[in-house]
Amino acid sequence: MAYKTVFGSLDNFSKGRIDIINDDPKHYVFSNLFEVAKKSKPWEKVAVGINQEYVLEAIRAEGQSGWYSCDHDETVICMDGNVEVNFVKLDTPVAASGKSGAVAVNGEPVGKKMGRVVLQQGHQALLPKGSAYSFTAKKTGVLLQQTIIGDLTKQRWAQICLS
Amino acid sequence: MSTSQDSTVKASGPNNFGYNDFVLGNFKFNRDEYFAHVSWPTGSHAISIDDFLRALQRDCAWDFFYGTVNFDHVVGTINHYGNVDLFAGRFNEAYRKAELDYSENFQTPDIRSTFHSMLDNWTNSTFDPFASPAETQAPWGIKSGSNTEAVTRRRVAAARMVGVKGDEQIRTDATGHPINRMFADVPQDEPQVFAEPGFEGEIAAFNLFAYLSRSNVTWNPSVVSVCKESLYCPTTEEYILPIVHGNDRVEWFIQLSDEIVWDVADRETGAPRAKVTMRAGDCAAMPADIRHQGFSSKRSMLLVWENNSADLPALIASGKAPQYPVSF
Ligand SMILES: [Fe+2]
Repeated sequence: MAYKTVFGSLDNFSKGRIDIINDDPKHYVFSNLFEVAKKSKPWEKVAVGINQEYVLEAIRAEGQSGWYSCDHDETVICMDGNVEVNFVKLDTPVAASGKSGAVAVNGEPVGKKMGRVVLQQGHQALLPKGSAYSFTAKKTGVLLQQTIIGDLTKQRWAQICLS
Repeated sequence: MSTSQDSTVKASGPNNFGYNDFVLGNFKFNRDEYFAHVSWPTGSHAISIDDFLRALQRDCAWDFFYGTVNFDHVVGTINHYGNVDLFAGRFNEAYRKAELDYSENFQTPDIRSTFHSMLDNWTNSTFDPFASPAETQAPWGIKSGSNTEAVTRRRVAAARMVGVKGDEQIRTDATGHPINRMFADVPQDEPQVFAEPGFEGEIAAFNLFAYLSRSNVTWNPSVVSVCKESLYCPTTEEYILPIVHGNDRVEWFIQLSDEIVWDVADRETGAPRAKVTMRAGDCAAMPADIRHQGFSSKRSMLLVWENNSADLPALIASGKAPQYPVSF
């Protein structure tokens, strides 16, 4: 028997559901990251998971992003599409020491080129602490970022979650 | 892995079926051809040996995990991170009302060594408790060899991310990780990585879906990436989660492929609360006051996301942190 593995994409996802027996559906904070990205603006960092200060952000990858930096390691998984990530080792840190979450870099980052990675669906990349990084997506895709709540994190739970 | 020579393990035998009997505090464990029998001062309980070994395997591999590992509706463990409660009826409303529930606390090394010895002694050569039922033979019958290699698999724990230089490495045929039969269609290309000289240790990416397609275990979250205390613990799921997990903190699920149905019940009483059906791209929290068990018809990829902070259980238990991740 040939098994078919079902992944999701912006154009093709099938959201699950909650059947309540004795509970409030809001307790499960249930959303679908493709649906969220579908309704987002390019490069908006919309929280789809939160655990104290930690978040997971669904990002609509479309065109060219700005540059970001962070004072701790982060990661991204490419959930749909094809996304290139470019890295620069900053001469001077942009994110303050101890600052949580990604911050925007104004203009072009100043420092040595570290390299780049090209991600397809299911690929995960490290966004190393102290680097600046930017994303390029020729076709609209979706990223899932592992990070901490920062200035750029958007929380719109009431709009995205089952209730 | 401790062995039965470990001084803290109280084992005797072999019994008529070839298996050792174990004593841990006031708990006694023995196995026959079909069952694990557990007894304690106020009662006793039998668990089908396939279910028992699958649950025991997770409890051993995860070193008692986060919160409660219910083997079934009667027996289980609570992790206090340094010491562990072994209980009977503690999370069963009827046992509690009848005051027949029983619990005993052990230093982690003591219960660990007993559990590891029991798992090794009670698992026959042709049974793999980590495999899906379709991928292993049955555990029944009198003692017949052992499967130490399977029951002592090393648990992956990345320091930064799988694929980073010097960290956990990707899975290939050569590392002994063939693609699972149910993931034969998962693309295997690795991402293109172009690191400038001197940055080879910093620029890293890997194919997570391919990595998971080569997992040779089910229901075994293991760390692939780390952001301070935020841990990505993806796992591949097929058939039924062999334990019922009772949370001591909020836990998150991101369904990466296919579908899992979760039965969610009250953590204390076991009364059903919800059924959560998750498909690819779905994100959902498991609150800190529930227990849950997953069902996966086809092998699926699940990203379990944990907050490993040591302060969380006490904050939640004392009401200083909420049972639910966010209110809206
Ligand atoms: Fe769980």
